[in-house]
Amino acid sequence: MPRSLKKGPYVDEKLFRKIQRQKQSGSREPIKTWARACTIVPEFVGHTFNVHNGKIFHSVFVTEDMVGHKLGEFSPTRMFRGHTAAKRR
Amino acid sequence: MPRIVGIDIPNDKPTRIALRYIFGVGPTRAMEICRKADLDPEVKASELTEQQLSAIASVLESDFVVEGQLRRQVQQHIARLRDIRCYRGLRHRRGLPVRGQRTKTNARTRKGPKKTVAGKKSVKEMR
Repeated sequence: MPRSLKKGPYVDEKLFRKIQRQKQSGSREPIKTWARACTIVPEFVGHTFNVHNGKIFHSVFVTEDMVGHKLGEFSPTRMFRGHTAAKRR
Repeated sequence: MPRIVGIDIPNDKPTRIALRYIFGVGPTRAMEICRKADLDPEVKASELTEQQLSAIASVLESDFVVEGQLRRQVQQHIARLRDIRCYRGLRHRRGLPVRGQRTKTNARTRKGPKKTVAGKKSVKEMR
């Protein structure tokens, strides 16, 4: 079920402030973040985030298409390396 | 047999049923179309007049996205998800269920026919 419209999108406030500061200084340095649940808002476009997946930080460059998704969607938490190959004899 | 929007030839069923043969029209929309085109939903599709058919066509054109256009739209949405490398996109690429369903068992619709693996315990054995 989607979030109530009344509340508006969930945006991590600290992260948002950080973006605003970056906007002013014009820097585009990647921002390390754990805020996977944070919705991507138009202000984020063009910035890079390093989104934690529980182990490492995935670098995510935000494009316009990503607006409305959450940061966590771009940092997979599981890695499937494939099944063990069948033994040959 | 009547033709609506291109190649759709619904049969001798009531209009509200026949309209559902169009991709993108279900029970609710079929009724809505009947209402907007101002015709009886129970009248047989074969008994529709030319005028009524064109009324249906114009309602479909102005209010709904159907058939090829809708199919294309869906494909575009999926392509978008793939391109932005989000979780749902990855699932689409892999051909696995997208909405968090289990994949230990079932999920055959997405995964296709069973690929038997030698030495893998069956569901029965695991209990």
